[in-house]
Amino acid sequence: MSATPADANQPRPFQMPIERGKVREFARATGSKSADYLDAPNPPVPPTFLRTAAFWATEGGPSPLQGLDLNLRRILHGEQEYEFFGPPPRAGDVLTVQPRLESVSEKEGKRGGTMRFISVVEDFTDESGRLVAQGRSTLIETGKAPE
Amino acid sequence: MSHSEGDVLEERVFGPVTRTDFVRYQGASGDFNPIHHDEIFAQSAGFPTVFSVGMLQAGYLATYVTDLLGPDNVRRFKVQFREQVWPDDVLTCNGTVVAVRTDATTGEKVADLALEVRTQRGATAIRAEATFAL
Repeated sequence: MSATPADANQPRPFQMPIERGKVREFARATGSKSADYLDAPNPPVPPTFLRTAAFWATEGGPSPLQGLDLNLRRILHGEQEYEFFGPPPRAGDVLTVQPRLESVSEKEGKRGGTMRFISVVEDFTDESGRLVAQGRSTLIETGKAPE
Repeated sequence: MSHSEGDVLEERVFGPVTRTDFVRYQGASGDFNPIHHDEIFAQSAGFPTVFSVGMLQAGYLATYVTDLLGPDNVRRFKVQFREQVWPDDVLTCNGTVVAVRTDATTGEKVADLALEVRTQRGATAIRAEATFAL
């Protein structure tokens, strides 16, 4: 039997190879002149580099935000966190990325509308299955008018 | 270089930032929200012009702190986006060592840092926390 609809809607893990050229491009775009990023044969990833996991997610596949009915014109990026459980991954590593919706909470905005706070987590594991990094994004949907 | 509690890190300036910087970051990161490069779209959403990607100034801050404490030493990097950054803004990164401690889980000696990105108007674009192994 095929997957239930609920399973089909869960974001699936995907692979993210860490590439030297991509690290160099990202480091240069963020103002780095460090030889550790630009010239090393297997540079470590910069602290916010794992944001580029978006390139490896299945386009049009299940998203952790699906079903929330977000208005994208009212979405702000509130916070972003990366935690590394040891030295950061390096070019040549192949990570597995598992995104998930962590929480959704509501708060009354100052103008009477409802604000939503959405937390999305991404777990990054290495080829041995060890959790090497975790990303956490907080999105804010502002000022939803009362209905 | 050794670091101890209360140390103030030397400030560093990035910019003035340009629309080209925004586009280059969007290409490198994969975030193609048109509000950061499409003038007509930004104005239709009520903004005077395009504004920077929050993660771009977060990236400048990461460059600042990894140059000082070492790319392999990052253990945690958390940014809070506070004020928008506009074309021609000049960004100044600053940081303070809040604590030096031994991490309870790993036994590593680490420094906890408080970091900021400020604009030439005095606004705080980003407030951040980071932990680096020493």
